[in-house]
Amino acid sequence: MTEPALELIGIDKHFGSNHANKSVSFRVQRGEVLGLIGENGAGKSTVMNMVFGYLKADHGQILVHGHEVDIKVPADAIAHGIGMVHQHFKLVDTFSVLENIILGSEGAFQLADRLALARGELAELSKAFGLNVDLDALVSGLSVGDKQKVEILKALYRKADILILDEPTAVLTPDETRHLFDILRQWRDQGRTVILITHKLKEVLAVTDRVIVMRRGAVVADLDTAHCTAEGLAEHMVGRPVILQVSKSVAVPGGDVVTLEHLSVNDSDGIPRVRDVSLSLRAGEITGLAGVSGNGQSELIEAIAGLMPISHGTIRFRGQDLGLGGSAESVRKRREMGIAHVPEDRLVRGLIAELSARDNAILGRQNDPSFNNRNFLRPSAILNHCRSLMASFDVRPSRPMQAGGHFSGGNQQKIVLGREMENAPAFLIVGQPTRGVDIGAIEFIHKRIVALRDQGAAILLVSAELDEILMLSDRVIVMSQGAIMGDIPASQADERQIGLWMAGDHKVAA
Amino acid sequence: MSRNQSLPWWVEIGVLPVINLAAAFIVSGLVMAALGHDPFEALGLMVTGAFGSADSLGYTLYYTTNFIFTGLAVALASHAGLFNIGAEGQAMLGGLGAALVGLVISPGLPGIIAIPLAILAAMIFGGIWGAIPGWLQAYRGSHVVITTIMMNFLAGALLTYLLVDVLIAPGGGTPESRSISENVWLPAAHQIAQSLGLELAQTPLNLSLLLGLFCALGLNIFLWRTRWGFSLRAVGLNPHAALYAGISPSRMTVLAMALSGALAGLVGANEILGAQHRLVLGFTGGYGFVGIAVALMGRNRPTGVIIASLLFGALYQGGSELALDMPGISRDLVVMIQGLIILFCGALENIFRSPLARLFAAARSTRAELTGTAGG
Amino acid sequence: MDDFITVSLALAAGSLRLAIPLMLGALGGLFSERAGIVDVGIEGKMLISAFASAAVAHATNSPWAGLAAGLGAGIVFALIHGVGAIAFRGNQVVSGMALNILAAGLTVTIAAALYSQGGRTPQLPDAARFRGTSFAAADGTSQLDPALRALFELVAGHNILVYLSLVLVPALVWLVHKTRFGLRLRAVGENPEAVDTAGIQVATLRYQASIISGLLCGLAGTYIAIAQSASFVPNMTAGKGYLALAALIFGKWRIWPTFFACLLFAFADAAQSRLQGLNIPGIGAIPVQFIQALPYVLTLVLLAGLVGRAIPPKASGVPYVKER
Repeated sequence: MTEPALELIGIDKHFGSNHANKSVSFRVQRGEVLGLIGENGAGKSTVMNMVFGYLKADHGQILVHGHEVDIKVPADAIAHGIGMVHQHFKLVDTFSVLENIILGSEGAFQLADRLALARGELAELSKAFGLNVDLDALVSGLSVGDKQKVEILKALYRKADILILDEPTAVLTPDETRHLFDILRQWRDQGRTVILITHKLKEVLAVTDRVIVMRRGAVVADLDTAHCTAEGLAEHMVGRPVILQVSKSVAVPGGDVVTLEHLSVNDSDGIPRVRDVSLSLRAGEITGLAGVSGNGQSELIEAIAGLMPISHGTIRFRGQDLGLGGSAESVRKRREMGIAHVPEDRLVRGLIAELSARDNAILGRQNDPSFNNRNFLRPSAILNHCRSLMASFDVRPSRPMQAGGHFSGGNQQKIVLGREMENAPAFLIVGQPTRGVDIGAIEFIHKRIVALRDQGAAILLVSAELDEILMLSDRVIVMSQGAIMGDIPASQADERQIGLWMAGDHKVAA
Repeated sequence: MSRNQSLPWWVEIGVLPVINLAAAFIVSGLVMAALGHDPFEALGLMVTGAFGSADSLGYTLYYTTNFIFTGLAVALASHAGLFNIGAEGQAMLGGLGAALVGLVISPGLPGIIAIPLAILAAMIFGGIWGAIPGWLQAYRGSHVVITTIMMNFLAGALLTYLLVDVLIAPGGGTPESRSISENVWLPAAHQIAQSLGLELAQTPLNLSLLLGLFCALGLNIFLWRTRWGFSLRAVGLNPHAALYAGISPSRMTVLAMALSGALAGLVGANEILGAQHRLVLGFTGGYGFVGIAVALMGRNRPTGVIIASLLFGALYQGGSELALDMPGISRDLVVMIQGLIILFCGALENIFRSPLARLFAAARSTRAELTGTAGG
Repeated sequence: MDDFITVSLALAAGSLRLAIPLMLGALGGLFSERAGIVDVGIEGKMLISAFASAAVAHATNSPWAGLAAGLGAGIVFALIHGVGAIAFRGNQVVSGMALNILAAGLTVTIAAALYSQGGRTPQLPDAARFRGTSFAAADGTSQLDPALRALFELVAGHNILVYLSLVLVPALVWLVHKTRFGLRLRAVGENPEAVDTAGIQVATLRYQASIISGLLCGLAGTYIAIAQSASFVPNMTAGKGYLALAALIFGKWRIWPTFFACLLFAFADAAQSRLQGLNIPGIGAIPVQFIQALPYVLTLVLLAGLVGRAIPPKASGVPYVKER
């Protein structure tokens, strides 16, 4: 038997007090697609970043084709034929595709000659793998799918034969995902190696030959994909049987709470992000908004919350026109009217990492008379408020003075959720409620969202996880390129149909 | 810095600044030794020069007053996430505002009205000079660091022009205005002492020191006890989250820069109303730039700013005395020490922060192990 | 008419001489900022170099030794800034201001101790300086037409550093836009992660850029002290480093536009002495301070977005910390 393409022996890594990788060992064969799966924070990206030399391991050995190698920096990994496509693309926006690809492998001090040569080589590579991108286009103008192609071309150009992809499908449509998987299979069939880091079980089952499951920094399973089921993998990931279902009663929808009429939203560059959306959200109902990230969902919820101005149409809340929005005043007014908002990225908008939990607990409610008296804050009232919030939402540790950024992802989310839910809002916008949240907290959060629905609130749920949408929602809406493609009761939702809608296929919508 | 870099609060605001300061003084001492001077003798002379007599103490506190104003100005802007290096120019405008009131006001007006009017003018002029870069940052996206640099030069050019061509005392040969009317003069410390039946040396120290301490107290309350301060700090830490919370980052940016400029403008009160009693060229003497060092050392906290101001006040006064007492030593030694302090407190502070953080992390885990064994 | 030509040529020559230190300082700042390190310390680097070059030229009686010292001092200061920004991830604006203040204090402290001339260095003899040819003094040209003489001065009358600097501009354009180093430099100021994952050391690249920045600012300081003047005088850069920074922004971080911005600012400076006392009908005399303030006003107007938009390199001022 030939040597494995890549072998890891006892890789160990600490980040301060966080033990991110605990003696990780596994092998990947030539001509194999390996799935590396685990929950958020399981250490799968960390270990691959060490293989690529982006991070340095505390202990352990890495063997490439049977030889121990010392990978200190990415240049060493590249020299050993290892390429990596990161979750967040590492491209220079102001450069052309060609410049991005040759960066670091320019060949000679003068660029001119090499550029012409590279152009020829890349034309062949793009043809062989079906990776068509305009080499002279500026990267800033490319779609995410094209940017990913550039990243793969970068690896190909560097003659990589072990390709690591970190969550590559998070930004792709189902169709683009299929195309990517075709490329990966082609890569494997040429005797090369692919390592696919993901948390989507379906993709693992679809494209990999073997699966490594990681949990809390350690490898907990090494399985043949042919013998795996989604439930089995989920159990390995979490460490206990997982209930992939939330128990909830049938919704009893009331009247319309929020009505959108022909709503359009442009971003600050004037590019349309939401196109002519008309929609009613009813009391006592969870409406799930599905779609590939970047198809207008974020802009839609920011417009409803008042953070982004609308360019056309109207937003009504209980019949009242909310106006254009896009200013601090509009955000404040809508909040006071009873619109609550759990933002998609809690560390960008929802929390201030440096401020204490106590201060974060009144973020957005700093003008509330219960917390300030003629412009002067009321420290004891604020502290008591934070204590009760921490108790009712099970925030751990329950230390009001601890900085927001020092809580775990799940507990940060509970602080935000608690703050937004406790006033019994008539309408809750909730974006990515369980992103980066551990399984235990996910169940808790899901229950609280359903409980709020049962109290009669209208809820708009946005999530990149289709499974989460299907599980929680009473009604599913699918967006693609800023427009609504489909609208269906959750009980009748069919994943294949939703996938087509996500890809923007209107014809099948009927 | 990141989580594993966190230090206990008393190290962060107490120990680390002292270590940074010590590093700056050690390097200064080495430079002096290399130039053939005894650094310890110089240090001794500086300390006596700053605190040795009532006279020198008065001068030290007079300089301290200026640093309190500029230090608070830089600190306030920092809390809004803005780096105000325009305190120098804002102070110039503050002086101009105070002087204009002093020049045009009727000498018959009682001081109780005239003085607050002149102080207010200093704050408004400085505030406007701060609000302009604030507005440019908030609504035009021009970086406040660059625009405040430009505004410093514009303030200098404006003041020179006014003193050379417009406000120059009739018949005068130097670019300075005539005396401002006496009813806007701030009472000097020795005058106040006299009215209380005490004898004090005659120094430029005046009522502004109390004004400075009052401002520090006010800023403390403003930042941590009012919703405005809460909003301002929220904008400084995370403008996206601030907008989400219904706070306008643009408005807070303009407000912070205006208030910061107003504080810096009060240097004009100390200098023009309290000491010089006329508008002169270059009365700001670099106090605005030293405000950066003061705020850095004082960790942007009003109490810290007061302590750091006293240090820099002593350095200024001690340095002047040293230059008189030790041949071959220039007053610019103080400028060098200030530069080194800014370097070690600001740019290079992680030299000492990282080892300290490691030390404390190690101590914590040892302690945890010890209690672990004791408990088991 | 002849008089007008003579004056214009003399003005052009004067502008060029004043533009050189600005241009060198601005290009120094450009290399630092294109690599992602904010550089408000141009002034300090120029000042320390001015002192070092004057002191060494005085001690050795050689302008070339002075030049070497000026370049060396520029590099040392640039590396202090570099270490603070790259290795210790300090605040880059604070670091730049620290260098400016440190240079102002350190130069005078040393000069006062060494020469006891109030912070100056002793007057340099001609042999210890970089000097241009004066056609007015040279034999055989004294009877030349004044306009022709002015033309000679503009074309051939400068010291060697002027010509060196003028050759440097296209050379640096080539370096930034046509070479591997330039490609990497431009990339690291926009997205250091792209550079890192492409197998290039971010820190090394930024240190290289810092050294180039120090060299150029060092050359600027040397020019001011031992070519333009004949000694070091306290605070002799007098804000030229800040003006260079303004020119760099005005030139939108690109070499040729920055070069022309420097020429424009230098022209304003050269013209002010001639415009002094000039009466404009209906307005009266233009105060000299207004002309001095002009470059700063222009830069503010540009920054306010009233004329185009100045967008700095994206990663500028952000210490590079790897994502986990």
